[in-house]
Amino acid sequence: MTESPVTESPAAGNPVAGTAVLETKALTKHFRIGGMRGHTLHAVDAFSMRIDEREIVALVGESGSGKSTVARLLAMVFRPTGGEITFRGRPLGELRSRREVLAYRSQVPMVFQDPFSSLNPSHTIGHVMLRGLKLHRPELNRTERQAEAEQVLEAVGLVPARQALAKYPYEMSGGQRQRVGFAQALSYRPKLVLADEPVSMLDVSIRVGLLNLMARLRDEQGVSLLYITHDIASARYVSDRVVVMYGGHLVEQGPSEEVLHNPVHPYTKLLLSAVPDPRARISISSADIGEPPRVVDPGEGCRFRWRCPVAVDVCSHVTPVLTRCSPAHDAACHVAAAPAGS
Amino acid sequence: MADAILEVRELSVEYLTRGEPAHAVEKVSFDLSPGEFLGIVGESGCGKSTLLFAIAQLLSPPAQISAGEVVFKGRNMVQMTDRQLRTVRWKDYSVVMQSAMNALNPVKSIAAQFGDAMEAHGTRSKVTIAARSREVLALVGIDPVHLESFPHQLSGGMRQRAMIAMALLFSPELVVMDEPTSALDVVAQRSLMVQIKELQRELGFAIIFVTHDMSLVSHFSDRLVVMYAGQVAELGPTAEVFDDPLHPYTIGLLEAFPSIHGPKVHLEGVPGSPPDLSALPSGCHFHPRCAKAMPLCSSVEPALYTIGDRHVRCLLHQGDGTCSE
Repeated sequence: MTESPVTESPAAGNPVAGTAVLETKALTKHFRIGGMRGHTLHAVDAFSMRIDEREIVALVGESGSGKSTVARLLAMVFRPTGGEITFRGRPLGELRSRREVLAYRSQVPMVFQDPFSSLNPSHTIGHVMLRGLKLHRPELNRTERQAEAEQVLEAVGLVPARQALAKYPYEMSGGQRQRVGFAQALSYRPKLVLADEPVSMLDVSIRVGLLNLMARLRDEQGVSLLYITHDIASARYVSDRVVVMYGGHLVEQGPSEEVLHNPVHPYTKLLLSAVPDPRARISISSADIGEPPRVVDPGEGCRFRWRCPVAVDVCSHVTPVLTRCSPAHDAACHVAAAPAGS
Repeated sequence: MADAILEVRELSVEYLTRGEPAHAVEKVSFDLSPGEFLGIVGESGCGKSTLLFAIAQLLSPPAQISAGEVVFKGRNMVQMTDRQLRTVRWKDYSVVMQSAMNALNPVKSIAAQFGDAMEAHGTRSKVTIAARSREVLALVGIDPVHLESFPHQLSGGMRQRAMIAMALLFSPELVVMDEPTSALDVVAQRSLMVQIKELQRELGFAIIFVTHDMSLVSHFSDRLVVMYAGQVAELGPTAEVFDDPLHPYTIGLLEAFPSIHGPKVHLEGVPGSPPDLSALPSGCHFHPRCAKAMPLCSSVEPALYTIGDRHVRCLLHQGDGTCSE
């Protein structure tokens, strides 16, 4: 796979309103698999996106689209194979000391998918939260830590906070545990919270409460959020901007309402048609059985072409570049978003 | 309904614990007609999977049926011995489990697993087994070459389809499904639902489909059961339940789904969380979370009131209908 031309597309580099908290440029992550035979799995390829201040960006895609790999790259769990991540203007590659990495992690914490296994069952919520504070906010003394823990628990709606601190995870419901996850993240005074499928394990009646909480954190605490999900309806509900991934590529991005009402990429259209909505007519056939993307040694070409209803010849040997279709709305498709400039 | 294929009568299931037994299912009754698609929805811990296991006679201790009947084709299955059940299971009714990822044996090929199921139920001929295996696999849209495949060589969607194919080996009259699509992506989920419906139309089996995702069954089920804290909160034709939900819990559930159509509206969901089944609230089990709760709700337990062909367990509808309990 050669260097993708995505970075040279008119989409990147265009000034967008707001200041970027975090930006990725041609971010790439490959995994070597298959031992001696030496196959390469392209989890993320030439992925360029930005997250502005006080913005919720939804990263949408199905299993195997690379969205969780993006989250782990941003959380510095994985090292990128190529490309660059810039946090508030500074490339992450420049972070050298443990202190700098720790400082980054406290500004960009992660909330995990499974609230049942992400909290230590043998310690109280207070123990877990105060330890995190001790590590990430060394300037606070004991009473300040206690006060901070209570304050963030109240901010996520766990009241009375003093009681919540004394509880063990098993004494809490899934929704409450996930709130603890957000409170923990919040206590580090973050700039950006990475939330990887934070509500998919929760009951439907509780999900909306968490989504509302995310919007409140943006409005009241001024944090940005990357909301990773496969549920495009909840993405619309909570996010300002939507980024759609398929097979490691960014295929479409733009303001949520714009992307949902005028989807350009055939994959986005397919995703939207698959959303179960009792208020709408059913519009999908069983023809597309939802095969996972082929990302092992994918070569050139659009990765959606195997499933695409409008694929043409060129799709099988040229990777489509991200092209602007309307203000702040980009898509990577040879057919639907015919490049205007090239 | 005299021609019902399945009648569930006042079925109750308890989990025996050291303290108070947990009432996972409480006096659930409904009929299922041949070829009907019944959806059962509810949150985790509402007893929907326990109900399904009780119907399929698959409960194991500490869960046990404490009262009620499950009459399948005229015979009460609760009274049957394991030996008697074996003649009915898989041949007349089959089960599709939630995690197809783990429900298939990882060290046996699909053909071997299909063969095992058929041999266990008396099919000896290798030729018949091979032919039928190919037939059912083709039915669910998988190329029969995959009979020689092992589960890890199939995608999640294909494994789930293989499970459904296995459930159809003997052309049962009832297929019981426990969240068969919950591990799949939205697109795969949707196409599997369409395919299940097509298979049903073609082969005419009845389906009981348990899910936590109400909108998933909205286009497919004929009738819908909404469960809360082990009880039927509402039961009625799917379209009517969606268009005009009666129970405040159903209304809350419907309002908890963000839509991709129409204007963006603020949603609230249902505040609070489901109750502990061994310490249920007094009166109506839903009253602590209910937006329309009245003083009466905390002391009087509502019965299931019948309004036409709909049933609802809520005191607000006490005057509208007749009591069926």
